[in-house]
Amino acid sequence: MNSTLNLLIGMAMGLNLLALGGSRVPQVIRAVAVQGIVLGVLPLLLEHDFGWLVALVAVITVMVKGFLIPGLLNRAMRAAKIEREIDPFIGFVPSLLLGAGGTIAAVAGARMLPLLPEHAGTLLVPGALASIFTGFILLIGRAKAISQVCGYLILENGIYLFGLLLIRSTPLLVESGILLDLTVGVFVIGIIVDRIQRAFDSLDTRKLTVLRE
Amino acid sequence: MTFILETLLRLAAWLLAAPLLPGIINKVKAWIAGRRGPPVLQLYYDLARLWGKGVVMSTLASPGFIVGPAVAWVALVGAALIMPLGGAGGALSFRGDVLLLVYLLALARFCTAWAALETGSAFEGMGAAREVSYAVLSEVALITAVLSLSVQTGNVTLTDMLALSVGSGAVLLAAGLFAVLLAENCRVPFDDPNTHLELTMIHEAMILDHSGPPLAVILHGASLKLLLFAVLLSQVVLPLGRLSPLAAAGALVGTVLGVTVAIGLVESLTARFAFRRVPLLLTAAFLLCLFALLLARKGGVG
Repeated sequence: MNSTLNLLIGMAMGLNLLALGGSRVPQVIRAVAVQGIVLGVLPLLLEHDFGWLVALVAVITVMVKGFLIPGLLNRAMRAAKIEREIDPFIGFVPSLLLGAGGTIAAVAGARMLPLLPEHAGTLLVPGALASIFTGFILLIGRAKAISQVCGYLILENGIYLFGLLLIRSTPLLVESGILLDLTVGVFVIGIIVDRIQRAFDSLDTRKLTVLRE
Repeated sequence: MTFILETLLRLAAWLLAAPLLPGIINKVKAWIAGRRGPPVLQLYYDLARLWGKGVVMSTLASPGFIVGPAVAWVALVGAALIMPLGGAGGALSFRGDVLLLVYLLALARFCTAWAALETGSAFEGMGAAREVSYAVLSEVALITAVLSLSVQTGNVTLTDMLALSVGSGAVLLAAGLFAVLLAENCRVPFDDPNTHLELTMIHEAMILDHSGPPLAVILHGASLKLLLFAVLLSQVVLPLGRLSPLAAAGALVGTVLGVTVAIGLVESLTARFAFRRVPLLLTAAFLLCLFALLLARKGGVG
Protein backbone atom coordinates (compact mmCIF):
# COMPACT_ATOMS: atom_id res chain seq x y z
CA MET A 1 0.00 0.00 0.00
CA ASN A 2 2.87 2.30 0.78
CA SER A 3 4.32 1.83 -2.70
CA THR A 4 1.01 2.84 -4.33
CA LEU A 5 0.93 5.87 -2.07
CA ASN A 6 4.51 6.80 -2.99
CA LEU A 7 3.80 6.26 -6.67
CA LEU A 8 0.82 8.65 -6.53
CA ILE A 9 2.77 11.30 -4.60
CA GLY A 10 5.70 10.84 -7.01
CA MET A 11 3.27 11.51 -9.85
CA ALA A 12 2.10 14.65 -8.08
CA MET A 13 5.73 15.78 -7.79
CA GLY A 14 6.24 15.13 -11.49
CA LEU A 15 3.14 17.20 -12.23
CA ASN A 16 4.68 20.03 -10.18
CA LEU A 17 7.60 20.11 -12.59
CA LEU A 18 5.26 19.85 -15.57
CA ALA A 19 3.41 22.92 -14.31
CA LEU A 20 6.71 24.77 -13.90
CA GLY A 21 7.91 23.90 -17.40
CA GLY A 22 4.67 24.50 -19.27
CA SER A 23 4.45 27.74 -21.18
CA ARG A 24 0.87 27.21 -22.32
CA VAL A 25 -1.73 28.14 -19.71
CA PRO A 26 -4.09 25.22 -20.56
CA GLN A 27 -1.23 22.81 -19.98
CA VAL A 28 -0.58 24.27 -16.52
CA ILE A 29 -4.29 24.14 -15.67
CA ARG A 30 -4.43 20.50 -16.80
CA ALA A 31 -1.42 19.65 -14.64
CA VAL A 32 -3.09 21.23 -11.62
CA ALA A 33 -6.34 19.37 -12.34
CA VAL A 34 -4.63 15.98 -12.62
CA GLN A 35 -2.69 16.71 -9.45
CA GLY A 36 -5.93 17.52 -7.66
CA ILE A 37 -7.44 14.20 -8.79
CA VAL A 38 -4.34 12.23 -7.77
CA LEU A 39 -4.27 13.82 -4.34
CA GLY A 40 -8.02 13.48 -3.91
CA VAL A 41 -7.71 9.69 -4.12
CA LEU A 42 -5.11 9.58 -1.33
CA PRO A 43 -7.48 9.59 1.71
CA LEU A 44 -8.95 6.30 0.46
CA LEU A 45 -5.48 4.75 0.60
CA LEU A 46 -4.54 6.22 3.97
CA GLU A 47 -7.72 5.35 5.84
CA HIS A 48 -7.73 1.70 6.82
CA ASP A 49 -11.41 1.34 7.63
CA PHE A 50 -13.35 2.35 4.57
CA GLY A 51 -16.05 4.71 5.81
CA TRP A 52 -18.63 6.37 3.60
CA LEU A 53 -17.63 9.77 4.99
CA VAL A 54 -14.05 9.36 3.74
CA ALA A 55 -15.33 8.21 0.37
CA LEU A 56 -17.62 11.21 0.21
CA VAL A 57 -14.78 13.63 0.96
CA ALA A 58 -12.56 11.92 -1.65
CA VAL A 59 -15.27 12.16 -4.28
CA ILE A 60 -15.98 15.81 -3.47
CA THR A 61 -12.27 16.66 -3.51
CA VAL A 62 -11.80 14.99 -6.89
CA MET A 63 -14.85 16.73 -8.31
CA VAL A 64 -13.90 20.18 -7.03
CA LYS A 65 -10.15 20.08 -7.63
CA GLY A 66 -10.19 17.96 -10.74
CA PHE A 67 -13.17 19.37 -12.60
CA LEU A 68 -14.93 22.37 -11.03
CA ILE A 69 -11.91 24.64 -10.40
CA PRO A 70 -10.10 23.81 -13.69
CA GLY A 71 -13.40 24.39 -15.47
CA LEU A 72 -13.70 27.84 -13.87
CA LEU A 73 -10.07 28.63 -14.77
CA ASN A 74 -10.54 27.48 -18.37
CA ARG A 75 -13.62 29.70 -18.60
CA ALA A 76 -11.71 32.69 -17.26
CA MET A 77 -8.86 31.95 -19.67
CA ARG A 78 -11.19 31.82 -22.64
CA ALA A 79 -12.89 35.02 -21.57
CA ALA A 80 -9.54 36.78 -21.22
CA LYS A 81 -8.24 35.29 -24.49
CA ILE A 82 -4.78 34.39 -23.24
CA GLU A 83 -3.10 31.12 -24.07
CA ARG A 84 0.53 31.61 -23.25
CA GLU A 85 2.75 32.97 -20.54
CA ILE A 86 4.94 35.16 -22.74
CA ASP A 87 7.40 36.91 -20.49
CA PRO A 88 7.59 35.43 -16.99
CA PHE A 89 9.67 37.01 -14.20
CA ILE A 90 11.57 33.74 -13.74
CA GLY A 91 12.21 31.95 -17.04
CA PHE A 92 10.97 28.43 -17.69
CA VAL A 93 14.34 26.70 -17.56
CA PRO A 94 15.44 28.43 -14.31
CA SER A 95 12.08 27.77 -12.66
CA LEU A 96 12.23 24.11 -13.75
CA LEU A 97 15.73 23.79 -12.30
CA LEU A 98 14.65 25.59 -9.11
CA GLY A 99 11.66 23.26 -8.79
CA ALA A 100 13.83 20.17 -9.28
CA GLY A 101 16.33 21.48 -6.73
CA GLY A 102 13.48 22.16 -4.30
CA THR A 103 12.09 18.65 -4.82
CA ILE A 104 15.46 17.06 -4.17
CA ALA A 105 16.00 19.28 -1.12
CA ALA A 106 12.54 18.34 0.17
CA VAL A 107 13.26 14.62 -0.14
CA ALA A 108 16.65 15.05 1.52
CA GLY A 109 15.40 17.45 4.20
CA ALA A 110 12.37 15.40 5.18
CA ARG A 111 14.68 12.65 6.36
CA MET A 112 16.05 14.97 9.03
CA LEU A 113 12.62 15.83 10.42
CA PRO A 114 11.36 13.95 13.50
CA LEU A 115 8.47 12.08 11.84
CA LEU A 116 6.23 9.38 13.17
CA PRO A 117 7.55 5.94 12.18
CA GLU A 118 4.50 5.22 10.01
CA HIS A 119 5.16 8.37 7.97
CA ALA A 120 8.93 8.05 7.69
CA GLY A 121 8.83 5.63 4.75
CA THR A 122 6.33 7.60 2.70
CA LEU A 123 6.79 10.59 0.43
CA LEU A 124 3.98 12.52 2.16
CA VAL A 125 6.16 15.17 3.79
CA PRO A 126 8.63 15.58 0.88
CA GLY A 127 5.70 15.80 -1.52
CA ALA A 128 4.04 18.45 0.63
CA LEU A 129 7.23 20.53 0.90
CA ALA A 130 7.96 20.21 -2.83
CA SER A 131 4.43 21.25 -3.78
CA ILE A 132 4.52 24.24 -1.47
CA PHE A 133 7.85 25.30 -2.95
CA THR A 134 6.54 24.84 -6.51
CA GLY A 135 3.49 26.91 -5.66
CA PHE A 136 5.72 29.70 -4.37
CA ILE A 137 7.84 29.67 -7.53
CA LEU A 138 4.75 29.90 -9.72
CA LEU A 139 3.27 32.68 -7.57
CA ILE A 140 6.48 34.71 -7.66
CA GLY A 141 7.72 33.88 -11.14
CA ARG A 142 4.69 34.25 -13.40
CA ALA A 143 3.24 37.49 -14.66
CA LYS A 144 -0.22 36.36 -15.76
CA ALA A 145 -2.94 36.27 -13.11
CA ILE A 146 -4.23 32.82 -14.16
CA SER A 147 -0.78 31.23 -13.85
CA GLN A 148 -0.54 32.74 -10.37
CA VAL A 149 -3.86 31.17 -9.45
CA CYS A 150 -2.45 27.81 -10.59
CA GLY A 151 0.52 28.44 -8.30
CA TYR A 152 -1.87 29.12 -5.44
CA LEU A 153 -3.71 25.86 -6.14
CA ILE A 154 -0.48 23.86 -6.12
CA LEU A 155 0.47 25.56 -2.86
CA GLU A 156 -2.88 24.52 -1.43
CA ASN A 157 -2.31 20.95 -2.65
CA GLY A 158 0.92 20.92 -0.69
CA ILE A 159 -0.81 22.06 2.47
CA TYR A 160 -3.51 19.44 1.86
CA LEU A 161 -0.77 16.78 1.68
CA PHE A 162 0.50 17.96 5.07
CA GLY A 163 -3.06 17.72 6.37
CA LEU A 164 -3.21 14.07 5.32
CA LEU A 165 -0.65 13.32 8.03
CA LEU A 166 -3.35 14.18 10.57
CA ILE A 167 -6.21 12.61 8.69
CA ARG A 168 -7.33 10.60 11.70
CA SER A 169 -7.66 13.58 14.00
CA THR A 170 -8.93 16.25 11.59
CA PRO A 171 -12.68 16.49 11.50
CA LEU A 172 -13.89 16.02 7.94
CA LEU A 173 -15.83 19.22 8.41
CA VAL A 174 -12.52 21.10 8.21
CA GLU A 175 -11.66 19.43 4.91
CA SER A 176 -14.98 20.34 3.37
CA GLY A 177 -14.64 23.88 4.72
CA ILE A 178 -11.25 24.25 3.03
CA LEU A 179 -12.68 22.97 -0.24
CA LEU A 180 -15.53 25.44 -0.06
CA ASP A 181 -13.08 28.28 0.62
CA LEU A 182 -10.94 27.23 -2.30
CA THR A 183 -13.86 27.12 -4.70
CA VAL A 184 -15.11 30.51 -3.59
CA GLY A 185 -11.56 31.87 -3.87
CA VAL A 186 -11.15 30.67 -7.43
CA PHE A 187 -14.62 31.92 -8.24
CA VAL A 188 -13.75 35.39 -6.99
CA ILE A 189 -10.43 35.33 -8.81
CA GLY A 190 -12.27 34.40 -12.00
CA ILE A 191 -14.35 37.54 -11.62
CA ILE A 192 -11.29 39.63 -10.81
CA VAL A 193 -9.48 38.26 -13.88
CA ASP A 194 -12.40 39.39 -15.99
CA ARG A 195 -12.28 42.87 -14.40
CA ILE A 196 -8.51 43.17 -14.89
CA GLN A 197 -8.94 42.13 -18.49
CA ARG A 198 -11.59 44.79 -19.08
CA ALA A 199 -9.72 47.56 -17.32
CA PHE A 200 -6.22 46.97 -18.69
CA ASP A 201 -6.81 44.89 -21.84
CA SER A 202 -4.25 42.42 -20.51
CA LEU A 203 -3.76 40.08 -17.58
CA ASP A 204 -0.22 41.13 -16.86
CA THR A 205 0.00 41.78 -13.14
CA ARG A 206 2.95 44.13 -13.68
CA LYS A 207 0.40 46.73 -14.80
CA LEU A 208 -1.24 46.59 -11.39
CA THR A 209 1.73 48.05 -9.54
CA VAL A 210 1.11 51.70 -10.41
CA LEU A 211 -1.59 53.71 -8.66
CA ARG A 212 -3.35 56.35 -10.68
CA GLU A 213 -6.24 58.69 -10.15
CA MET B 1 41.34 -16.22 -35.01
CA THR B 2 37.74 -16.60 -33.85
CA PHE B 3 38.02 -13.26 -32.11
CA ILE B 4 38.98 -11.52 -35.36
CA LEU B 5 36.22 -13.31 -37.24
CA GLU B 6 33.66 -12.39 -34.60
CA THR B 7 34.73 -8.75 -34.62
CA LEU B 8 34.53 -8.62 -38.40
CA LEU B 9 31.05 -10.16 -38.35
CA ARG B 10 29.93 -7.69 -35.71
CA LEU B 11 31.37 -4.78 -37.71
CA ALA B 12 29.59 -5.95 -40.85
CA ALA B 13 26.31 -6.23 -38.94
CA TRP B 14 26.60 -2.67 -37.57
CA LEU B 15 27.66 -1.15 -40.89
CA LEU B 16 25.03 -2.94 -42.96
CA ALA B 17 22.12 -2.56 -40.54
CA ALA B 18 22.60 1.15 -39.79
CA PRO B 19 21.22 2.69 -43.03
CA LEU B 20 18.05 0.67 -42.60
CA LEU B 21 16.80 2.83 -39.72
CA PRO B 22 16.32 6.14 -41.59
CA GLY B 23 14.54 4.14 -44.30
CA ILE B 24 12.12 2.68 -41.76
CA ILE B 25 11.52 6.10 -40.21
CA ASN B 26 10.73 7.57 -43.62
CA LYS B 27 8.43 4.67 -44.42
CA VAL B 28 6.51 5.20 -41.16
CA LYS B 29 6.22 8.92 -41.87
CA ALA B 30 4.99 8.25 -45.40
CA TRP B 31 2.51 5.70 -44.12
CA ILE B 32 1.08 8.14 -41.54
CA ALA B 33 0.80 10.85 -44.20
CA GLY B 34 -0.88 8.43 -46.62
CA ARG B 35 1.94 8.48 -49.17
CA ARG B 36 3.85 5.57 -50.65
CA GLY B 37 7.21 7.06 -49.65
CA PRO B 38 10.75 6.18 -50.74
CA PRO B 39 11.84 2.52 -50.55
CA VAL B 40 13.19 1.33 -47.21
CA LEU B 41 16.61 0.79 -48.82
CA GLN B 42 16.79 4.35 -50.21
CA LEU B 43 19.80 5.33 -48.08
CA TYR B 44 21.82 2.38 -49.46
CA TYR B 45 21.18 3.61 -53.02
CA ASP B 46 22.09 7.16 -51.99
CA LEU B 47 25.33 6.04 -50.37
CA ALA B 48 26.30 3.98 -53.43
CA ARG B 49 25.53 6.90 -55.73
CA LEU B 50 27.46 9.40 -53.59
CA TRP B 51 30.43 7.05 -53.33
CA GLY B 52 30.81 7.09 -57.13
CA LYS B 53 30.78 10.88 -57.40
CA GLY B 54 33.64 13.34 -57.35
CA VAL B 55 34.43 15.83 -54.58
CA VAL B 56 34.04 19.58 -54.93
CA MET B 57 36.33 21.39 -52.51
CA SER B 58 36.35 24.98 -51.43
CA THR B 59 39.61 26.80 -52.15
CA LEU B 60 39.66 27.79 -48.47
CA ALA B 61 39.43 24.26 -47.15
CA SER B 62 42.40 22.53 -45.59
CA PRO B 63 42.74 18.72 -45.55
CA GLY B 64 40.58 18.85 -42.40
CA PHE B 65 37.60 19.07 -44.72
CA ILE B 66 38.17 15.44 -45.72
CA VAL B 67 39.84 14.25 -42.49
CA GLY B 68 37.00 15.48 -40.24
CA PRO B 69 34.23 13.23 -41.60
CA ALA B 70 36.64 10.28 -41.80
CA VAL B 71 37.72 10.63 -38.16
CA ALA B 72 34.10 11.12 -37.08
CA TRP B 73 33.08 7.94 -38.91
CA VAL B 74 35.92 5.93 -37.37
CA ALA B 75 35.02 7.24 -33.90
CA LEU B 76 31.39 6.18 -34.37
CA VAL B 77 32.43 2.73 -35.60
CA GLY B 78 34.65 2.42 -32.53
CA ALA B 79 31.72 3.39 -30.30
CA ALA B 80 29.60 0.77 -32.05
CA LEU B 81 32.21 -1.90 -31.36
CA ILE B 82 32.23 -1.07 -27.64
CA MET B 83 28.45 -1.21 -27.39
CA PRO B 84 27.36 -4.64 -26.13
CA LEU B 85 24.71 -6.50 -28.09
CA GLY B 86 22.45 -8.37 -25.70
CA GLY B 87 24.04 -11.49 -24.27
CA ALA B 88 26.92 -11.38 -26.77
CA GLY B 89 28.66 -8.48 -25.02
CA GLY B 90 30.81 -5.94 -26.84
CA ALA B 91 33.62 -6.73 -29.25
CA LEU B 92 35.84 -4.89 -26.86
CA SER B 93 35.03 -4.71 -23.16
CA PHE B 94 37.12 -3.34 -20.34
CA ARG B 95 36.67 -1.47 -17.07
CA GLY B 96 35.50 2.08 -17.77
CA ASP B 97 34.68 1.56 -21.45
CA VAL B 98 31.53 3.65 -20.93
CA LEU B 99 33.74 6.76 -20.61
CA LEU B 100 35.37 5.92 -23.92
CA LEU B 101 31.91 5.65 -25.49
CA VAL B 102 30.94 9.14 -24.30
CA TYR B 103 34.24 10.60 -25.50
CA LEU B 104 34.07 8.87 -28.90
CA LEU B 105 30.64 10.39 -29.47
CA ALA B 106 32.01 13.80 -28.49
CA LEU B 107 35.01 13.33 -30.81
CA ALA B 108 32.70 12.47 -33.71
CA ARG B 109 30.69 15.63 -33.10
CA PHE B 110 33.82 17.76 -32.82
CA CYS B 111 35.15 16.45 -36.13
CA THR B 112 31.88 17.05 -37.97
CA ALA B 113 31.75 20.60 -36.65
CA TRP B 114 35.41 21.13 -37.53
CA ALA B 115 34.88 19.94 -41.11
CA ALA B 116 31.88 22.26 -41.34
CA LEU B 117 33.95 25.26 -40.24
CA GLU B 118 36.63 24.39 -42.81
CA THR B 119 34.41 25.50 -45.67
CA GLY B 120 34.42 29.09 -44.46
CA SER B 121 30.72 29.49 -45.22
CA ALA B 122 28.45 31.41 -42.87
CA PHE B 123 25.71 28.77 -42.97
CA GLU B 124 28.08 26.02 -41.93
CA GLY B 125 29.37 28.10 -39.05
CA MET B 126 25.81 28.75 -37.91
CA GLY B 127 24.93 25.06 -38.14
CA ALA B 128 28.03 24.07 -36.19
CA ALA B 129 27.30 26.63 -33.48
CA ARG B 130 23.74 25.35 -33.10
CA GLU B 131 24.77 21.70 -33.09
CA VAL B 132 27.38 22.30 -30.40
CA SER B 133 25.11 24.41 -28.22
CA TYR B 134 22.44 21.70 -28.21
CA ALA B 135 25.11 19.13 -27.52
CA VAL B 136 26.13 20.93 -24.31
CA LEU B 137 22.68 20.22 -22.88
CA SER B 138 22.10 16.75 -24.31
CA GLU B 139 25.52 15.52 -23.21
CA VAL B 140 24.72 16.48 -19.61
CA ALA B 141 21.59 14.33 -19.83
CA LEU B 142 23.51 11.45 -21.42
CA ILE B 143 26.25 11.55 -18.79
CA THR B 144 23.66 11.67 -15.99
CA ALA B 145 21.96 8.62 -17.52
CA VAL B 146 25.27 6.76 -17.69
CA LEU B 147 25.97 7.77 -14.09
CA SER B 148 22.62 6.47 -12.86
CA LEU B 149 23.22 3.17 -14.68
CA SER B 150 26.60 2.76 -13.05
CA VAL B 151 25.29 3.72 -9.59
CA GLN B 152 22.44 1.25 -9.95
CA THR B 153 24.68 -1.66 -10.94
CA GLY B 154 27.85 -0.62 -9.12
CA ASN B 155 29.81 -1.11 -12.32
CA VAL B 156 31.61 0.93 -14.96
CA THR B 157 31.68 -1.69 -17.71
CA LEU B 158 28.98 -1.32 -20.35
CA THR B 159 28.28 -5.05 -20.61
CA ASP B 160 27.48 -5.32 -16.90
CA MET B 161 25.73 -1.97 -16.69
CA LEU B 162 23.26 -2.86 -19.43
CA ALA B 163 22.71 -6.50 -18.49
CA LEU B 164 19.81 -5.80 -16.12
CA SER B 165 17.18 -3.10 -16.33
CA VAL B 166 17.35 -0.43 -13.65
CA GLY B 167 14.04 -1.15 -11.93
CA SER B 168 11.62 1.65 -11.26
CA GLY B 169 14.02 4.26 -12.65
CA ALA B 170 14.02 2.55 -16.06
CA VAL B 171 10.91 4.42 -17.17
CA LEU B 172 12.41 7.81 -16.28
CA LEU B 173 15.71 6.87 -17.85
CA ALA B 174 14.04 5.62 -21.03
CA ALA B 175 12.06 8.84 -21.42
CA GLY B 176 15.15 10.96 -20.84
CA LEU B 177 17.30 8.91 -23.21
CA PHE B 178 14.63 9.02 -25.91
CA ALA B 179 14.71 12.83 -25.81
CA VAL B 180 18.52 12.69 -25.93
CA LEU B 181 18.31 10.32 -28.91
CA LEU B 182 16.06 12.74 -30.76
CA ALA B 183 18.34 15.69 -29.98
CA GLU B 184 21.63 13.94 -30.74
CA ASN B 185 20.40 12.59 -34.06
CA CYS B 186 18.71 15.85 -35.08
CA ARG B 187 15.23 14.37 -35.29
CA VAL B 188 12.02 16.34 -35.32
CA PRO B 189 11.26 18.22 -32.14
CA PHE B 190 14.81 19.57 -32.27
CA ASP B 191 15.71 19.64 -35.95
CA ASP B 192 13.97 18.69 -39.17
CA PRO B 193 16.04 16.33 -41.31
CA ASN B 194 13.91 17.12 -44.37
CA THR B 195 14.12 20.89 -44.22
CA HIS B 196 15.23 22.77 -47.32
CA LEU B 197 15.62 26.16 -45.69
CA GLU B 198 19.20 26.84 -44.65
CA LEU B 199 18.20 29.27 -41.89
CA THR B 200 16.34 26.59 -39.94
CA MET B 201 18.82 23.75 -40.44
CA ILE B 202 21.13 22.44 -37.75
CA HIS B 203 22.78 19.20 -38.79
CA GLU B 204 21.93 19.68 -42.47
CA ALA B 205 23.50 23.15 -42.49
CA MET B 206 26.83 21.68 -41.39
CA ILE B 207 27.08 19.36 -44.37
CA LEU B 208 25.79 21.69 -47.11
CA ASP B 209 29.15 21.99 -48.85
CA HIS B 210 30.19 18.36 -48.54
CA SER B 211 29.80 16.19 -51.62
CA GLY B 212 30.66 12.76 -52.93
CA PRO B 213 32.37 10.21 -50.66
CA PRO B 214 32.78 12.55 -47.64
CA LEU B 215 29.04 13.24 -47.68
CA ALA B 216 28.38 9.49 -47.95
CA VAL B 217 30.62 8.93 -44.93
CA ILE B 218 28.81 11.63 -42.93
CA LEU B 219 25.37 10.23 -43.82
CA HIS B 220 26.43 6.71 -42.96
CA GLY B 221 27.95 7.92 -39.70
CA ALA B 222 24.68 9.68 -38.80
CA SER B 223 22.68 6.49 -39.38
CA LEU B 224 25.24 4.54 -37.33
CA LYS B 225 24.80 7.00 -34.47
CA LEU B 226 21.03 6.60 -34.65
CA LEU B 227 21.36 2.82 -34.43
CA LEU B 228 23.84 3.19 -31.57
CA PHE B 229 21.43 5.28 -29.51
CA ALA B 230 18.49 3.00 -30.33
CA VAL B 231 20.50 -0.02 -29.15
CA LEU B 232 21.56 1.83 -25.97
CA LEU B 233 17.96 2.84 -25.20
CA SER B 234 16.68 -0.71 -25.79
CA GLN B 235 19.27 -2.23 -23.50
CA VAL B 236 18.52 0.26 -20.73
CA VAL B 237 14.90 -0.85 -20.71
CA LEU B 238 15.28 -4.59 -21.33
CA PRO B 239 16.71 -6.98 -18.71
CA LEU B 240 18.61 -8.84 -21.43
CA GLY B 241 20.96 -10.52 -18.98
CA ARG B 242 18.14 -12.72 -17.74
CA LEU B 243 17.12 -14.03 -21.16
CA SER B 244 18.73 -16.76 -23.22
CA PRO B 245 21.09 -15.41 -25.94
CA LEU B 246 18.67 -16.10 -28.76
CA ALA B 247 15.69 -14.55 -26.96
CA ALA B 248 17.86 -11.58 -26.00
CA ALA B 249 18.87 -11.00 -29.62
CA GLY B 250 15.25 -11.23 -30.73
CA ALA B 251 14.08 -8.85 -28.00
CA LEU B 252 16.87 -6.40 -28.86
CA VAL B 253 16.05 -6.34 -32.57
CA GLY B 254 12.35 -6.01 -31.80
CA THR B 255 12.86 -3.10 -29.40
CA VAL B 256 15.22 -1.30 -31.78
CA LEU B 257 12.55 -1.57 -34.47
CA GLY B 258 9.98 -0.33 -31.96
CA VAL B 259 12.16 2.68 -31.10
CA THR B 260 12.59 3.40 -34.82
CA VAL B 261 8.85 3.32 -35.42
CA ALA B 262 8.37 5.55 -32.35
CA ILE B 263 10.78 8.11 -33.86
CA GLY B 264 8.77 7.99 -37.09
CA LEU B 265 5.53 8.53 -35.15
CA VAL B 266 7.02 11.45 -33.20
CA GLU B 267 8.19 13.00 -36.46
CA SER B 268 4.75 12.65 -38.04
CA LEU B 269 2.68 13.76 -35.08
CA THR B 270 4.62 16.65 -33.56
CA ALA B 271 5.81 19.91 -35.01
CA ARG B 272 9.32 21.12 -34.62
CA PHE B 273 9.98 23.25 -31.55
CA ALA B 274 11.02 26.88 -31.70
CA PHE B 275 14.72 27.31 -30.96
CA ARG B 276 14.14 28.97 -27.61
CA ARG B 277 11.99 26.08 -26.38
CA VAL B 278 14.62 23.43 -27.11
CA PRO B 279 16.68 24.07 -23.93
CA LEU B 280 13.51 23.52 -21.90
CA LEU B 281 12.98 20.06 -23.38
CA LEU B 282 16.62 19.10 -22.95
CA THR B 283 16.54 20.35 -19.35
CA ALA B 284 13.49 18.15 -18.81
CA ALA B 285 15.43 15.19 -20.23
CA PHE B 286 18.30 15.99 -17.87
CA LEU B 287 15.92 16.14 -14.91
CA LEU B 288 14.37 12.78 -15.86
CA CYS B 289 17.83 11.22 -15.87
CA LEU B 290 18.70 13.04 -12.62
CA PHE B 291 15.64 11.66 -10.84
CA ALA B 292 16.51 8.21 -12.15
CA LEU B 293 19.96 8.71 -10.64
CA LEU B 294 18.44 9.71 -7.28
CA LEU B 295 16.11 6.69 -7.37
CA ALA B 296 19.11 4.47 -8.07
CA ARG B 297 20.96 5.99 -5.11
CA LYS B 298 18.03 5.57 -2.75
CA GLY B 299 17.77 1.95 -3.80
CA GLY B 300 14.44 2.17 -5.53
CA VAL B 301 11.93 3.46 -2.97
CA GLY B 302 8.67 4.27 -4.78
